[in-house]
Amino acid sequence: MNWDWQVFLNDDGSGRTYLQWMFDAWGWTLSVAGASWVVAMLVGALVGTLRTLPNRAWLVKLANAWVELFRNIPLLVQIFIWYFVVPKIIPPMKELPSFILVVFALGFFTSARIAEQFRAGIQALPRGQSYAGMALGFTTAQTYRYVILPMAFRIIIPPLTSESMNLLKNSSVAFAVSIAELTMFAMQAQEETSRGIEIYLAVTLVYAVSAFAVNRVCAFVEKRVQIPGTVIAGATGGGH
Amino acid sequence: MFGLDLSFLSWDIISKFVIKGFWFSIQLTIIATIGGIILGTILALMRLSGKKFLTLPATIYVNGMRSVPLVMVILWFFLLVPAGFYAAIPGGANNRAEISAIITFVAFEAAYFSEIMRAGIQSISRGQVNAGRALGMTYAQNMKLIILPQAFRNMVPILLTQTIILFQDTSLVYAIGAYDLLKGFSTAGKIYGRPEEAYLLAAVVYFVICFGLSYMVKRLQTKIAIIR
Repeated sequence: MNWDWQVFLNDDGSGRTYLQWMFDAWGWTLSVAGASWVVAMLVGALVGTLRTLPNRAWLVKLANAWVELFRNIPLLVQIFIWYFVVPKIIPPMKELPSFILVVFALGFFTSARIAEQFRAGIQALPRGQSYAGMALGFTTAQTYRYVILPMAFRIIIPPLTSESMNLLKNSSVAFAVSIAELTMFAMQAQEETSRGIEIYLAVTLVYAVSAFAVNRVCAFVEKRVQIPGTVIAGATGGGH
Repeated sequence: MFGLDLSFLSWDIISKFVIKGFWFSIQLTIIATIGGIILGTILALMRLSGKKFLTLPATIYVNGMRSVPLVMVILWFFLLVPAGFYAAIPGGANNRAEISAIITFVAFEAAYFSEIMRAGIQSISRGQVNAGRALGMTYAQNMKLIILPQAFRNMVPILLTQTIILFQDTSLVYAIGAYDLLKGFSTAGKIYGRPEEAYLLAAVVYFVICFGLSYMVKRLQTKIAIIR
């Protein structure tokens, strides 16, 4: 096999090299993933918490429905729905750039999985924790704010780590609505240069490096916020 | 309602466009699940063998696959598998994307199934392993007759959950233009000028299937839990 890594120094026709294009695409991947991560964490934490509330049957049901809805439809179909169907039903959304729509799609899709982790984390806490809150005269909101959530968040960091890595990998699906991210770059550059193997290798490596970086950042956070006297539990997450 | 019009939908359209894609999605899911579990079990056994020349390649393979997006893997296989390979398969020349998708999914899902099987094998207590040894079983006999059947049974709910995720992921063959369930709907939508309705219907179909299956897995899980 003869390599031709020089291809990255070629002009892509608009005055930038393929290498520059790839870094631009990396930026898009990181922006899509980063913005979606914020949406997913906020919505996921909220929905996951709602699912554990005592004496709020309809809120719990609503939150459960949210999780089932966003978990049981493939991400690609959800992206198409946000891109084609939602703007048709809600006309003002036609003004939004596709970047925002993809962030909604990826963020809400991931929020269902994160909500599941939050629910599991909260329910894994011993009952005594919330009783302790009650004994101190806390309201339900205070118990969650000061007792339950700080504990739950820290014990679910390992599964949140793998969900964050999944989110980064799933951002590749944004190619379907022509976001100029890494997968889109790989497909277009491969077509233009016919050096698919070099291009794909580079892009694959960039994805792996990004996923590894996410993993390291999460491990650092996990160590910093570790509850004194506990062992960091290893956890494996399924899914992609 | 909302400017949507579902009147274009008829049995004719479903049988013409959707069934074919649906059948391929099901085929892909079943082949990838069975192939992935077999290959994944082999990978898990390699990783647990304690012999470096087996552990190392299996670990690299599994971690490598798991750190790359599925779409990239789909593109990789589509690009790399030589055209001569497809010509050798009957009907392969016309179904390049479909055959490439099947190979990709078996190879990719094996990495995820191997992690599940590894956890399953490790969940079997030492006593079982020792009991097998005490009966004079070889390593292979012990694995085949004692450990793997139990590991597999313990992991059935998780394996099925992974299969549901796999079924959702089959929609990503969009990247190479294979004709699956989603493609069936989007083709029908394009031809009849109703893409929005078609995508909405695709979402409903996927939801009903995945929700139904995960409900069944949940029931199965409680059943198994009672028996134990």
